[in-house]
Amino acid sequence: MKKNGQPRTSPITLLPKCPTGIQGLDEITGGGLPRGRPTLICGGAGCGKTLFGAEFLVRGAVQFDEPGVLMAFEETEKELTANVASLGFDLAGLVRRKMIVVDYVHIEPGDTQQSGDYDLEGLFVRLGHAIDSIGAKRVVLDTLEVLFASLPNEAILRSELRRLFRWLKEKGVTAVITAERGRESLTRHGLEEYVSDCVILLDHRVNDQIATRHLRVVKYRGALHGTNEFPFLIGEEGLSVLPITSLALNHKVSNERIATGIPRLDAMLGGRGFFRGSSILLSGTAGTGKTIISSNFAQAAGRRGERTLFFSFEESPNQIIRNMHSIGLRLEPLVKKGLLRFHSQRPSLYGLEMHLATMFKEIAAFKPQVVIVDPITSLMDLGTVSEGKGMVTRLIDYLKAGQVTTLFTSLTQGGHALQQSEAGMSSLMDAWLLLQDFEGNGERNRVLYVLKARGMKHSNQIREFLISDHGIDVVDAYIGASGVLTGSARVAQSDLEKAAMLASQQEAAMLEREVERKRKALERQISDLRSDYEGEALELRRIAEQVGTRTLLLGTERAASGLLRQADIKVGPVARDKPRTGKRN
Amino acid sequence: MKTKAIKKRAPRPAKLWQLRLYVMDQTPRSVTALTNLKKVCERQLKGLYRITVIDLLKNPQLAKGDQILAVPTVVRKLPAPVRTIIGDLSDTEHLLVGLDLRADD
Repeated sequence: MKKNGQPRTSPITLLPKCPTGIQGLDEITGGGLPRGRPTLICGGAGCGKTLFGAEFLVRGAVQFDEPGVLMAFEETEKELTANVASLGFDLAGLVRRKMIVVDYVHIEPGDTQQSGDYDLEGLFVRLGHAIDSIGAKRVVLDTLEVLFASLPNEAILRSELRRLFRWLKEKGVTAVITAERGRESLTRHGLEEYVSDCVILLDHRVNDQIATRHLRVVKYRGALHGTNEFPFLIGEEGLSVLPITSLALNHKVSNERIATGIPRLDAMLGGRGFFRGSSILLSGTAGTGKTIISSNFAQAAGRRGERTLFFSFEESPNQIIRNMHSIGLRLEPLVKKGLLRFHSQRPSLYGLEMHLATMFKEIAAFKPQVVIVDPITSLMDLGTVSEGKGMVTRLIDYLKAGQVTTLFTSLTQGGHALQQSEAGMSSLMDAWLLLQDFEGNGERNRVLYVLKARGMKHSNQIREFLISDHGIDVVDAYIGASGVLTGSARVAQSDLEKAAMLASQQEAAMLEREVERKRKALERQISDLRSDYEGEALELRRIAEQVGTRTLLLGTERAASGLLRQADIKVGPVARDKPRTGKRN
Repeated sequence: MKTKAIKKRAPRPAKLWQLRLYVMDQTPRSVTALTNLKKVCERQLKGLYRITVIDLLKNPQLAKGDQILAVPTVVRKLPAPVRTIIGDLSDTEHLLVGLDLRADD
């Protein structure tokens, strides 16, 4: 209890596993098939049992240096070699290098008479001889059940098979036994009774004209395993199982942001674009510019010197290049520099799993930093909703593990179903941009907004984006009392605003002039009043002077009249002419 | 091979029987099988047969040639066509059917 730092070694040793090397299977089974024990692979005709066995041996020999024996009851060595050669397995070469022994066991059915008891020592001897000749660690018996058709006395056969499996365990070889699927039991002859350690069921069914293979680990004694049905496919490099649900959510995350190639869009995303390694959904109805934004994204990646892989399910590479050229986006230099690769395929070419596997292969080969899938919806239409979602999950997880930024475009049907139809997919996405058409005023305009962007501030605004000869231009849409205005309505609205501004400017100028005029009038009035006042003051002074003079004069006149009364004759003219004399002087 | 065998032994131009008995070790079952086979041949094909016993314990690689799985196995190499009988041959009736000797009986 005290020694927490030193974990006690578990007394129970885990079941040793034998890796198959088959893509995805080791992931489901937690390391492979039970080592040193037989595993039963059952399934109907054409579901890939023989191939499973062959791949188990070939990968064992090539990847894990474990020689193997293939005991074939149905196909000759030549046929087998030819069959697996199409998957890139060089069986003949491995046989030459003594890594694999192929023993073809042929018994004509019904050709054998039985007389008395027998045992299968002959089979044991052959198998033992083959195992010992190359020191085999792996054995495949394909398909043991043929014995039931060709050897009489089932009771003996059953007890001998039971002995065979025990013998294989004693030999310590990891064995794969294939068996035909029965109608009610796992195998036609009940082999699952004898092989109890691990049973894997392969299945091949057709849904909606598209065939899908499924694999399920029915039983795995002593080990945890994924119990779901996993789609698998037989591709150019053998089997690959696609474990959709076994993936854990533990990707590394990056804080690095990458630009979208549209500065204004970056500004809407907190100024710096998307997170590296995030998954972005770009949805919109037909003709809203999804491919254009994707191409911009690719170009921006190219400018940073990063590689972009463009999966196109609608247009051919040349068509995209030509179309983008028309808006001033030159993609062919990027293609020439090896920074951009197109992968165009019709979605209906093959099933979902095959598409996924092809995409994985392309991604692994090109090692892109940015992946564009245009549009993801045409792929998702291939399967059911859950299959489609599973595929996208798998793709996103795969890409996130490699810190690849992914842009999915999604073609929506328009209307209100827009967001509903993608509810399933959107939860997988880190960011979601919506492109929409606005109809009105006899025109159709494109708007864009950020519906979600995990982990970053983003604009809540609806922006209009214009596609011109020189690319994309994101502008503010007019948002006012009458709603969102785009296109010419937005232009008209801004004209109106300009006119209103001009009018108010003019009004202000007029008012200013008026004030000035009033001020001048006031000043004039003031100066008038002042001059009036000054005039009156002058008048007042003049009057005052006159009064003074008259008083003086009055005195003088009084003296003069006194004089006059005394000497009328002598002084008279003098007194009258007094002012005149003054003037004359 | 046929002509050679006829030249060598041929008391009459009749068919010479070549039989191979595959066994595993000298087990009681192996011995029983050989005894049973000899008994039938002596009765039906006196002087006209040859039995080769192959012990797979000593020559495991020989199992591949005649596609032997079960032991004991008798393979009638000649006359053609090849016929195979498995078991300790204790069931004489079935052995005769297997060797196609009933018609001669």
